[in-house]
Order: sequence, then C-alpha cells, then structure tokens
Amino acid sequence: MGLDSMHQSASAASTDKPLLSLRNINMNFGGVKALKNVSFDVRPGEVHCLAGENGCGKSTLIKVITGVYRPAEGAVIEYEGETYSHMSPVTAQDRGIQVIWQDLALFPEMTVAENIAFHEVLGGWPRLVDYGRMRRIAVDALARLGVTLDVDLPLKEYAIAQRQIVAIARALVGEAKLVFMDEPTASLTQSETDHLLEIVRSLSASGVAVVFVSHRLAEVLEISSRITVLRDGALVGVYPAAGMTQSKITELMTGKTFDQHVRARPRDDQPVVLDVRGLTRPGQFEDISLTVRRGETVGITGLLGAGRTELALALFGMLKPVSGTISIDGREVRFGSNREAIAAGVAYLSEDRLSLGLIQPQPIADNLVIASLRKILSGGLLSEDRKRSLVSRWIADLGVKIGHQADAISTLSGGNQQRVAIAKWLATDPKLLILDSPTVGVDVGARAGIFDIVAKLAESGLAIILISDEVPEVYFNADRVLHMAQGRIVGTYDPRQSRLEEIEAAVYA
Amino acid sequence: MTIIFERIKTAIGPEMAGPGLAFVAVVLVFGIASPQFLSAATFGSVAFQLPELGLLTLAMLLPILTGGLNLAITFTANLAGLTLAWVLKANGGADAGFDIFLVGSLLAVMVGAASGIVMGLVIAFTRAHPILVSLSMMIFLRGLGEFLTRGGDISGFPAFVGVIGHGSVAGIPVPLIVFVVCVLAWHLLLGRTKLGFNTYMIGSNLDATRYSGINTRKAIVLVYTLSGIMCAIAGIIMLARFNSVRIGHGESYLLITVLACFLGGVNPFGGFGRVIPVFVALVVLQLLSSGLNLVGANQHLATAVWGILLVGVMILRWVVSRIKISIVRRGS
Repeated sequence: MGLDSMHQSASAASTDKPLLSLRNINMNFGGVKALKNVSFDVRPGEVHCLAGENGCGKSTLIKVITGVYRPAEGAVIEYEGETYSHMSPVTAQDRGIQVIWQDLALFPEMTVAENIAFHEVLGGWPRLVDYGRMRRIAVDALARLGVTLDVDLPLKEYAIAQRQIVAIARALVGEAKLVFMDEPTASLTQSETDHLLEIVRSLSASGVAVVFVSHRLAEVLEISSRITVLRDGALVGVYPAAGMTQSKITELMTGKTFDQHVRARPRDDQPVVLDVRGLTRPGQFEDISLTVRRGETVGITGLLGAGRTELALALFGMLKPVSGTISIDGREVRFGSNREAIAAGVAYLSEDRLSLGLIQPQPIADNLVIASLRKILSGGLLSEDRKRSLVSRWIADLGVKIGHQADAISTLSGGNQQRVAIAKWLATDPKLLILDSPTVGVDVGARAGIFDIVAKLAESGLAIILISDEVPEVYFNADRVLHMAQGRIVGTYDPRQSRLEEIEAAVYA
Repeated sequence: MTIIFERIKTAIGPEMAGPGLAFVAVVLVFGIASPQFLSAATFGSVAFQLPELGLLTLAMLLPILTGGLNLAITFTANLAGLTLAWVLKANGGADAGFDIFLVGSLLAVMVGAASGIVMGLVIAFTRAHPILVSLSMMIFLRGLGEFLTRGGDISGFPAFVGVIGHGSVAGIPVPLIVFVVCVLAWHLLLGRTKLGFNTYMIGSNLDATRYSGINTRKAIVLVYTLSGIMCAIAGIIMLARFNSVRIGHGESYLLITVLACFLGGVNPFGGFGRVIPVFVALVVLQLLSSGLNLVGANQHLATAVWGILLVGVMILRWVVSRIKISIVRRGS
C-alpha cells in the first residue's frame, strides 16, 4: 500500500500558487540563532513534511507561522495572497491556521463534545453554553473524519489514539485551511497510525493543507508529497517525497551517513542467563518461554498492547505472573518487588522516560545514582564525593553531554537523557538489561549512538532484551527477534536468515 | 578553587536567597528603627519563642518534601504533651521525679510516632491525598484530646519541668538547644541519608522512584513517623514552656509552619527544599514579631505583617526568576 498511497497524495498536491510562503525568516533568542534565513512554502491541499532533529528549528518555525514568535526584521510571510511581516495568534487562527501540538492540549476531565466545540460556543450573548449545539458541532466534526465517538464521555475514557482524533476534530471546527501536526503518531500503534494517515489523506483531498512533523521516516515518506529538511536552524532543502529513502532523509537531517547492517552473531556457546518457561498472566501474556544468553541481545517486537511491556514488568518483579517460572543463572526466582529483581541482577529501562524512567525535575547526578545508592554510602551516610566520582565515570563512559551534574535531567536532550537512564541501570551491575523502546523521543542521529552502546554492552557479556515496536530496530540490533502478538510469542526470526520485509509483514499484518 | 566554590554554592543552595535577603532586611530596618533591637534581650526572646514554631515546622517539612502535608501536627503535639502530663500526674504530680519525666517523654514520642505511622500507612497504601488523611487524623486527635481533658488545662508539674521550658545552659536557652539539635538531625537526614534522598525523589515523582527500586511505601511511612516524633518533641517543649497542657495550644501555628517552609524556599509541590533556609526563615519571622513588639506595634499586627512578608517574598522570588531568565537568554 506504501507506493500506491504515495502517488495518491502526490497527485492531490496541486502545483498552483502556494497557500503559505515564507521568505527570509530569522529568529534569534539572545545570541542563539534558532532560524537562519529560512524559507518555506506550503501548497493548498498538500501534505508537507517538516523534518529535522530536535532543536533544528521545526517548532520555532511553526511558532513563527502561528504568531507565537515574531521573526527578525526583513521577514516576508505570504498567506492566501496577503503579505505580513509577522503573524499574530489571533490572525493565524482567524485565517484558518491550526496546530495540533504533541501534548494535544486537551482537557481530559471534560467531555469529547466540550473538547471539540468549546471554542465555538463560547463568546456571544447571553454567556450561556448551548450544549445541544456543542454536541452537534462535535458529532459533525467527527463525522467529517469518519469517526464515531460517544461525545458525552469524558475524554480521559479514550485512549491516546482517539484523543489525537479529538484534537484533529477540534482543529477542523475552526474551518482550518492549514493544519500543523507535531509528532501526531509518537504514541500510536501501527494500525492506529494507519488510521490517522488515512484521515490526513482525506483532509488533504478536501483541500486542507497538512504540515506533518514526525520522527518516523517511514510514514513521512508514505504520507507526504514534499519534504522540507532543516538542520541547525537552516534550510537544507525541499525535496519531493517520490524517490526519497529513509536513509537519505536521515543523512540530510544529520549531515552524517549511517550504514545499517545486521549486527546479529551466534551466541549459542554462551551460558544461559535468563530462562523463562510458560510464564502466564491471563489477559496480558500467556505461555511465554524464552532464553537469553550471556552477551546475547534478544529483540521483542510486536504492536503496542501485545503484552511486551507487561512481560518485561513481570521479569522486573513489578507484575506477578500467575504461572510459569523465571530462572536467572539456573536458579529459579520469584520476585516480590522490583527491589528483589534488581538485587538478582535484572534492570528495566522504562518505555516512558518522562514519567517513569527518570525523575525529570531532579539533578542528573541523583537520577543516575538512585538505583545504586548503596555504592555511594560511606559510613552509613551518602557521600557527595563518591556520588560525584561515580557520576563522572558513567558520564564519560557513555559519552553523555551535560553542563553540570546538579542540572535537572530535563535540561538534557532525549538522547542524552536515555544515556543517563542506561547508566543508572548499569550502575546496579545487572546481568540482564531490559530496554523497553529505548529510542522513543530520541533523535535519529542519537539513536545510532544508543545502539552502539547496546552493542558494546552485549560484547562485554551483558544479556539484553530489546523491546521495540519498530521492527528495523530489533532486526538490525538483536541477535534473535521474537514477535509477540496478543500476549504470546508467535514467531522467532534470525536476522541473518530472515529478511526485514518478511518480519515487518508478519508484525504489521 | 572552583570545586570549593561549587561546594559552597551547593551547601547554601538557591533556596537561601529569599530568607537570607529577608533576614538582612529585617535586621537593618529594625536596627535603625529601634536602638534596643540589636540587643541581648531581643535575641533572648527570639531564642525562647523560636523552638515551638520551629519544631512544628520541622514536623511539617518532611511531608511537604514528599509532596504531601501533615495537618495533624499541632494536635499530635498536644496529644503527646497530654501523654507526658498524664504520666507525671499519675506518678506524684508536682513531686514526680526526673525518671518519670523521661518515661513520660518516651511514651509521648511513641504516641507521636503512632499518629505518624497510621497516617503514613494510609497514605502509602491507599494513595489517598495526604491533606485528607492528615485532616482526618487532626479531627480525630482533637476530638480525642477534648474528650480526655474535657476541654480544660492540665497543670501542676514538677519544678524541673519549668527549667526545661525557661532555663539556660551556658546562657543558651534549653528549648533552643533542643531545637538546634533537631535542625541538625533533619539537616543530616535530608542531606546524607538514603531516606532523605528518597524523600526528595518521591516528592518529584513517586512512580519513577518506585520504578528505580526504591521502597516508596516504607519511605512514606517513615517520613510521617518522623514527622509525628518531631510533633511529640514540640509537644514536650510546649508543656514545659506553658507549664500546662491544653488541647488547642499552638493551633494557630499550623498554617504558619506551612508558610515558613515556603518562605524557606521549599517547593509547595514537593521535591525541593533544605532545612537551613527554613531555619533562617523561622528566625526572620521571630525577629519580625520581636521587632514590631519593640517599636510598640500590636501583637496581632505582627501576624498580619508575617502575611505581608510571605507574599512579598513570593513576588520577589518571581521577579528574581524573571531576571535570571533574561540574563540566561542574553548570555547564551
């Protein structure tokens, strides 16, 4: 379906005058040039992708277009034939420019109808809310997207994928002509993503231009007709999607070349570290049997909700299996808590770095030592000196770029945060490291660095379970790939013998 | 050289700016306004008044750092005081010996700890909001105390109890010694122990702390237990200061302890805050009321001025953070 849809969206984009055209956009924050002489244009009804690593200026550019920021003198913004030196948020909204931010900016406690239509029914006299009209607006907006939701339910009852649709519906209520979507698929499964892309296509077909910002290059290629690449605040170029490849976009975004090759190698001669037999927790995972050997990286892939994270949490002592056994180094273990699992040599890097993996407001140093406090004890008390030297060592070992150890971890980029999170677990001297979606929210360029670390760790003898819903990640970086679906392991692949497309076809079927 | 500088910076911390400035301002203003302000008498009165509010503030500090609150502090202190009073009355009243006092104090500490353990268990296991849990405990303790005392005073303690409340050792008031020892204990606890470390982490993100292999339930129970023990120490000092126990003594301190924590730079949502700035904040509050007293202001006005000071510090902190942001933007 990939090629087919590409042609469709390419033909949907017309080549007449641009809807929006920017020239000479410069944006300075203090001495930092966030945007350097950038130009950008969007044609009516096209799906245009804005690509670039974190900090390359994508969000800044969106904020200039929507009037949040005022660009430096000399900027020219043309929208629907009118010229502006800068936008204001009110003008942008009135003229049909809408943004769906990654965090969606919705109200979880309010109903679907309120979320979609509150903006429309506010204002006017008398200052009363017409709930009937609100519901009608909401139902209409959802119908335009071909979706039916119970508009009277509080939004929090719906999963993230439906909330995304609610956010899109809200944008459509305001008669949108140009919609920006910031990482709309970041937390969606493949089938949810497909549905979202379908919606984007129908928006485009109805004449709404969509600017799509995404880390996932496969879907970028699938959905967009043109791609604008930014790097370090400057325009790299505008490219037609036809004829582009993922690796070419990555090269343009990072300015570096990456060659991906299958890293798998045989580990059959190594002793078994983890031996799981018939592990079952009904409704979450069933009859799971797997082994991980010393120095081996076992990849687990499958759709979100396949039970991958639940299985990992059971191995980490945070979910109790109902039946089956877990053995580590040949000894059967039953964990009452994750503390016992850590003591037995199991470490688990959470998929949710923002709310479970790291304590965002707290210092880098404290985040790194939290799981291995006993190592910095001196006479029963925590030692600042030991903490500092332990942290310095890990920072150097894993090549983390930081300002000061006392800075909040939230000040680091996704890739550097993830390195600290890995260091936090390595400091506990694990035998088995479970990496649950370690590249979520990490730049393409930094991902390679994370996998280099994983490869080195495996080389040093660590047993690793690598969980990811992106099949290529496990294909290229694991020695064996397990496919999980509906709580069961339904397939095992050896990357040296199977083709990537074969595994992808099975997983995304 | 830079390491030494960094260490001094981390030891003092950014939280010190607010209370430090307020301290300098109060000393300057009253030093000029009243010649008697910078005298031994002022510092004597501060030294005797500081510990009651101070000990209760320490009891409030730990739960706030975990992102919670302990609204039962004053009544826990009262109940602990009542326990001590009961032991003294039952064993000779005014003729009771010092050993009886020690036994009574131990029981009082156990009562305080029990109040904390119950709250801690409920908060840790049900994850009910600490405000509701401690409010329930507060109402329970008040009712229990009023029932036991029929709302009256209990007095008639041995003479040495008065010495503990009003005496001095080497010129330093006994309550102040107790308070300073407790401040240092809390400073050590928060800065150098695992429990202290976990307290801050829980305050910022309980789930992430649990995922890191920290026994968060145990930490929360310990935090509330220590809070209860600190209440009991406050209750014993209050008994000695007033030479009596009455349910409701010190009730007005409750919200002031919360504000003293914020004045000392503690984050109201938990995760950040140090003991020493809170200590300085408490000294500032006491100096302010002593100073106002000296220039002849009404005692009730002093409380009002506390309110103004606290709001002023919040605004000042906001202004400073705006300036910092603009410096950072220009600098980089």
